[in-house]
Amino acid sequence: MRIYRLLLYLYPASFRADYGDEMAAIFRIRLRNARGAARIALWFGVLHEVIMNAPAVHWDILKQDLRYTARTLNRAPGFALTAILVTAFGVGANTAAFSVADFVLLRPLPFALPDALVRACEGPRTGAGWGCMNELSPANYRDFKAMSSSFEAMGAFTGSAGNLVGIGEPRRLAITPVTPDVLPLLGVTPALGRVFDTREDDRRAAVISYGLWQSQFGADPSVLGRTVHLDGVPHTIIGVMPRGFYFPTRDAQLWTALTFQNEDYADRTNTYIHAVARLKPGVTFEQARADLEVIAARLARDYPETNAETGISFFRMRENMSPRFRLMLMALGGASLCLLLLTCANLANLLLARAATRERELAVRAALGAARERLMRQLVTESLILTLLGGAAGLFVAAAGVPLFASLVPDTLPIATEPRLDLRVIAFATLFTTLPALGFGLFPAIRAGRRTTFDALREGVRAGGGAKQRLRAVLVTVEVTMSVVLLITSGLLIRAVWRVQAIDPGFRPQNVLALNMALPRPKYDKPVERVQFYDRVLARVRALPGVQSAAFTSGLPMVITGLVTAVEIPGREVPRARRDVVSHRWVTPQYFRTMGIPLHRGRDVEDGDGGDRAWVAVVSASFAERYWPGQDPIGRTFRHLDDTRTVVGVVGDIKVRGLERTSEPQIYLPAAQAPVPFPGAFDPKDLVIRHSGPGNALVSAVRQIVRSIDAEQPIADVRAMDEVIAGETASRRGQLQVLGVFAVVAILLSAVGIYGLLAYTVSQRSQEIGVRLALGADPARVGRMILADGMRLALFGIVPGVLGAYAAARGMSALLFGVAPSDPATFVTAVAVALLTVFAGTLVPAWRAVRLTPMSVLRTE
Amino acid sequence: MKTEAESLLPLPQATFHILVALADEDRHGYAVIKDVAARTGGALKLSPGTLYRSMDRMVQQGLIREISSRPARDMGDERRRYYRITPFGREVAMAESRRLAQMLDLARARGLAPRKV
Repeated sequence: MRIYRLLLYLYPASFRADYGDEMAAIFRIRLRNARGAARIALWFGVLHEVIMNAPAVHWDILKQDLRYTARTLNRAPGFALTAILVTAFGVGANTAAFSVADFVLLRPLPFALPDALVRACEGPRTGAGWGCMNELSPANYRDFKAMSSSFEAMGAFTGSAGNLVGIGEPRRLAITPVTPDVLPLLGVTPALGRVFDTREDDRRAAVISYGLWQSQFGADPSVLGRTVHLDGVPHTIIGVMPRGFYFPTRDAQLWTALTFQNEDYADRTNTYIHAVARLKPGVTFEQARADLEVIAARLARDYPETNAETGISFFRMRENMSPRFRLMLMALGGASLCLLLLTCANLANLLLARAATRERELAVRAALGAARERLMRQLVTESLILTLLGGAAGLFVAAAGVPLFASLVPDTLPIATEPRLDLRVIAFATLFTTLPALGFGLFPAIRAGRRTTFDALREGVRAGGGAKQRLRAVLVTVEVTMSVVLLITSGLLIRAVWRVQAIDPGFRPQNVLALNMALPRPKYDKPVERVQFYDRVLARVRALPGVQSAAFTSGLPMVITGLVTAVEIPGREVPRARRDVVSHRWVTPQYFRTMGIPLHRGRDVEDGDGGDRAWVAVVSASFAERYWPGQDPIGRTFRHLDDTRTVVGVVGDIKVRGLERTSEPQIYLPAAQAPVPFPGAFDPKDLVIRHSGPGNALVSAVRQIVRSIDAEQPIADVRAMDEVIAGETASRRGQLQVLGVFAVVAILLSAVGIYGLLAYTVSQRSQEIGVRLALGADPARVGRMILADGMRLALFGIVPGVLGAYAAARGMSALLFGVAPSDPATFVTAVAVALLTVFAGTLVPAWRAVRLTPMSVLRTE
Repeated sequence: MKTEAESLLPLPQATFHILVALADEDRHGYAVIKDVAARTGGALKLSPGTLYRSMDRMVQQGLIREISSRPARDMGDERRRYYRITPFGREVAMAESRRLAQMLDLARARGLAPRKV
């Protein structure tokens, strides 16, 4: 019998309360009448019945509750819509922000056991940090690899590019030469074929990316064994990497074999490779770093001339990103947490406000015999429906939001550009909002069950206690705090972006178009042929209508940030010291005119600056200041790549490395005065054109010109220079857009919260106010009283908000680009905005209170 | 335009039998089970779960109502909950019977049913 009673617990409590006794009584009779086998059959029947019926009864009740919910929400569409929207926004924004943060900061890289993957390159003597200060030389790499004991495998790679000819349109490709160790140590098996092998001669082999296989080879499964020409050199395709494989960055499309000859090991300053390695099991990152540092110290002792100032930069592969990106994402994460809290507070506030208006309804239902359990169940269903609808809508908000964050994914990591929505996060965020929804949704039911129902009925519209009002006041204060934090921090970031945008890049990017066309080697090995190509292209481009000037350069500012070498000044005995590093560019005449770089003294590179004349250079003002402070630099000489150059002109400095970074002084050398041999990386390859009309119209004309001069020459990366400048602040602006939206929504939500609370207070106190007015109180004073209530709440929220914002700003001061974390203008503005918005929220309730007349109050009673 | 009674048709089997069982006298749950079993020759044995789930819904639909408890002779002296069919319940039962009769007529016209039961 007891077992049967237990089984009944599978039914809903209300059903059990209504029919449990009856069912137990029937069971007792049956049990009495059954004997032996019949008894066993009876038990089986009972089990079957309960298992079939109990869920059905639950379902019946759920259907009822859903119908009831639909009806009640339909009756209060404003409430329902607000609750759903608030939830959708909170959940959506959080899902988007955390999906991106998780994607960039936390998720393991798509390699086998990715935590053991590390990168190494040259750095300052005791360098840690992220990224490479400088590449490694093959000799130093060889020694690090041979002498270290911490790694299971180590390989080297470098960056390159080449023209792919023979399949479809000629195309410029990012090529990554890798030693045979690299791809196997990443632990990714190719989708087709194989990767490089030490036992085979793979010098003319290529492994292609999935993307290239799709786009250039039409996903042809018989691509293995095909021959392609890279800068005129035939390569055989031996493998295709799987989809989602990116190394070292997402631009890589093709890998070739990197091999070293004896002469490559000769010069320890010839740095152009990066090392990637896998830690031995059991070896920690710190142990491996110590191991490498010992080796670096030994190399510095053994080769003081080249390695005295060379240390090792050693970092996890996961961490190859600028700390700015990390900080930006953390700031976003913090902001979205703020918003989630705010959402919860707002939802709780809404539900509490609603509970107050429903207390009577619930009391009536309880008086009519509804069990407390049924009422609670009903309210839970209602809250769940609201949050689930909100969560579902949040999915759309998140899907719309994630692309906004794409600019916050650093391009230095081997991952895709666009993070995918993380469903776990959306589940978590929905759950997080469900909790307060449940808690505050149940509040009225608990009250309805606890107090004697007649109280609620008797109290009439004045239902609702002081405790609940206080709770709502606290919630509103929290909302104000959160929105003040968001307002101030986004205000500070706006100021920072303004500052960055106000930085003078040193050139005029407007109306400058840039097209990339790298000349392949060995086809263009002879300097004469290159110069001929430049001259022919430039002559015809300059003749195009709307073109004011045109020139070639070996690297656009902010696009090619490297290309640095050391110079020597005659009479100064610090050869190849790292502090003599300059950024060098090989240019044709008209470069400075085209880019809008001011010429301070002397002359530009001229058509006559060929191999037969004295070798010259134009230097930037900071270069002149560094070596010949206060003197006339024209006519001075310096040595660069074993050639002596005479300074013929001085131009303004430009921000080669980007707006927010310090750049080396620059030197500009005539393209026609190139030493032999000359690395392809130094070749002028970017055609820049200053134009008066629309730039797009020029592109096809230039393509035609280039095709008529060399049909196999591809044009890659067409861009406007002002877009390049805009790209400098893209990640900041992306972050700011998101933060800005957060802040605006936050302050609006708080205003709505304050409005709701005060409106309710006024309706609660209408009788008291009416009596006061009847006794001769001044209506203006009543209005002021309500306003004061609202502003007091605002102040309680603003003070911790200001403190919190200051703390947050201190934490992200690296993002503020010199704006003080306590920037008074921002703080004052943000607080003023918050106060004004809150004030707007209190106006209507205050007005309502002023308009109350004793008569109107009494009439409603 | 359907009447309110017709909107409930067709009735679930259990619902119809409960209405029939309550047609002539007020009964408690167990008595309904026994009556249905007797009338169908034991073919339909309602389980208590099905019975009370149906009756719960029927009360809400206004087909039956609970009347004040009284002692049941066959269950010792415990006080049982008795149910009575409402006028609306009768209307719905009649409507269902009409529906079934019409179906039987249709089947009979095509020789799918015996002429006389």
